[in-house]
Amino acid sequence: MLINLVVAFLGISLLLYCLFAGADFGGGMLESFLGEKRTEDQKRIIGNAIAPVWEANHVWIILAIVILFNGFPNAYSEISILFHIPILIMLVGIILRGCAFTFRHYDAIRGRSQVYYSAIFIFSSYLAPLMLGIIAGALFLGRIPLNPTSFSDIYIFPWFNWFSLAVGVFTCALFSFLAAVYLVGETNDVELKTIFSKKARIGNLVAVISGGLVFLSAEGLGLSLVQIFLKNGITMACLAAATMALFPLWISLKKKQIWTSRMLASSQVAFILVGWFAAQFPVIMTRGNSSLTIYNSAAPEPTLRYLLLALISGVLLIFPALFYLLRVFKKSALS
Amino acid sequence: MSDLFAARLQMAISLGFHIVFAAVGIAMPFFMAASHWLWIKSDNKSYLNLTKSWSKGVAIFFATGAVSGTVLSFELGLLWPKFMKHAGAIIGMPFSWEGTAFFLEAIALGVFLYGWDKIPKKIHWLSGLCVGVSGVLSGLFVVCANAWMNTPCGFDWVNGEAININPWAAMFNPASLVQGVHMTIAAFAATGFAVAGVHALGVLRNPLSEFHKKALKIALIVGSVASIIQPLQGDRLAKTVAVRQPEKLAAMESLFTTSKPAPLLIGGFPSEVDKTVKFGFHVPKLLSFLANGDFSSEVKGLDAFPRDTWPPIFPTHLSFQLMVAIGTFLALIGVISIYAVVKRRSWLYNKKFLKLVVACTPLGFIALEAGWVVTEVGRQPWIIYEIMRTKDAVSPMPGLFYSMIVVTSIYGFLTFIVSWLMMRQFRHAD
Repeated sequence: MLINLVVAFLGISLLLYCLFAGADFGGGMLESFLGEKRTEDQKRIIGNAIAPVWEANHVWIILAIVILFNGFPNAYSEISILFHIPILIMLVGIILRGCAFTFRHYDAIRGRSQVYYSAIFIFSSYLAPLMLGIIAGALFLGRIPLNPTSFSDIYIFPWFNWFSLAVGVFTCALFSFLAAVYLVGETNDVELKTIFSKKARIGNLVAVISGGLVFLSAEGLGLSLVQIFLKNGITMACLAAATMALFPLWISLKKKQIWTSRMLASSQVAFILVGWFAAQFPVIMTRGNSSLTIYNSAAPEPTLRYLLLALISGVLLIFPALFYLLRVFKKSALS
Repeated sequence: MSDLFAARLQMAISLGFHIVFAAVGIAMPFFMAASHWLWIKSDNKSYLNLTKSWSKGVAIFFATGAVSGTVLSFELGLLWPKFMKHAGAIIGMPFSWEGTAFFLEAIALGVFLYGWDKIPKKIHWLSGLCVGVSGVLSGLFVVCANAWMNTPCGFDWVNGEAININPWAAMFNPASLVQGVHMTIAAFAATGFAVAGVHALGVLRNPLSEFHKKALKIALIVGSVASIIQPLQGDRLAKTVAVRQPEKLAAMESLFTTSKPAPLLIGGFPSEVDKTVKFGFHVPKLLSFLANGDFSSEVKGLDAFPRDTWPPIFPTHLSFQLMVAIGTFLALIGVISIYAVVKRRSWLYNKKFLKLVVACTPLGFIALEAGWVVTEVGRQPWIIYEIMRTKDAVSPMPGLFYSMIVVTSIYGFLTFIVSWLMMRQFRHAD
């Protein structure tokens, strides 16, 4: 029970990271698809939407990692050893994205340096979610040899394969799609609304296609996702719900119904994540024949109790503050 | 280069980089809030400009500190997985509290930076203050975890496994408070003198600038008060090190042989091979007094400990000397500054004095880095004092050298860009 509660906090942190910080990365990715029309205005709206909230949104990943190393130290330790390389690359993305964005915003003199900040900002906005997806894919795949014969056998191939890569691309597509949906509501200008709404629909299409690639690449590695999903009721339900949300989402995007499309898009992403969690539960990672689960990698009970207490009191402080932040800025963005 | 050394170097560079941003993030919001308060009270436009200008500095430093802090939370596992496997369950709790404090800090900063004209003035001011308060709390929580590595408790170590874990006792270990307070004061002293130095340069260039004069005064007062308290607090910390980590104190002082009474060594270059110190100056009996409060007491030298538990003497001793020298010097400047603020206002804007303050700009941060070298290198060869050796905690992945190169080049690049940006901010504000 205790373990499941702590895991719930971990899952929710990851989910909120994807829904909020994911969209911040998505904003960066969208900057590479501004098109011809009103590019400066689009850039300004993306920047204004990200600026006041990205740091707060970013903390969800820190919270997730703290829950992991405090509550499931064995898993944290194993994951850190095996996925050292993709984690390091993801960190490079996280550092460069945050710094480039802040520097672009606060540089006292606006000159040629802005071009470089933007280039780094866009590049790293791709890099971090791509690696995040790759790590998630690798954990799901869990093909870590017990008796590796070379460095790449154990430290590279478990994450450097078509399936992990497909999950990475899928993550990028989801995040940029989310960003585009959110952005429709960040402006009052009808023309810009139309531009973002179109991007949202294209993004959605790309997400669906790359989602299909995830299934295909899994088949290529002899892993039948369909079979795994069919065995799991929750996953099936989530997958069905995410698919069924597609149609109303397209209509609401076309009609530019801001909150309906925001809700539909974020619940789609939430369904996908919950479906993934359910399919993997309670395994964190498989190595050889043995699995690292949330049960066999959990910290002793006193630790979990204190952690849960800290999380509950933290949430009681954080949520009102976060709500205030979003209310102040997401309301005034339109005035 | 061995993997162990590469990992230690990468950790040192990451911490050394992050600590600068963390320290600024702790102290600077209070400067900002002070100036904001003075603006609300006096309606003087220079205070408003100052608040806005400082808040931009806070934004840049906070963002860089936030991402470099994220890197550290992963690096604990990337570099020291075997340490985290055991320590995670014991000392993770302060990190989860730190997560909350940091979350509130990020939210408050968002509200403060973008809340101008959008929210009531009082709430706006409070949000700025919240940034500082949560910054101080974040710092204290993280230092608790470091203090635990120096004075591990809250568990029993049986056959290489931790049992009977008590996270509460681990968090409030004997070193937590003294070390946390020392670090917090250091953040205020270092940031105070760094900011004062920048604005002293501003006054030198533009003697009529109200903006720089007001900034100089606020920063100098905070930096001075902190620097005057710090030696007293540092003495308390050293006394606890004498009891809890005697070999660390012996390394700090390069005391090779147990002495009764023990002299205080000032300066000097120790050699681990000859077990001698060159060019040092000894003050008889003083170390006995400083360590134990008694001029004739015994102080344990390195000879009292097995050779394989000695910390690296040379860097520990030199960093300690550097920290103490700078600390003493800044305390002296602090006394003069406070006297000037209270009694002789004209001294503050005297050219020679301003040049002196400009020269002090990096000193606090050099002392702060040196202090962390003393704590961390002085704890070696242990990662958890007398429980686990650093070499047993390092990641088994070969090629950590390349990780180190990646992290080092990024931090080097960012250091360069942030300095360049600060110069641009400064020129623009002028």
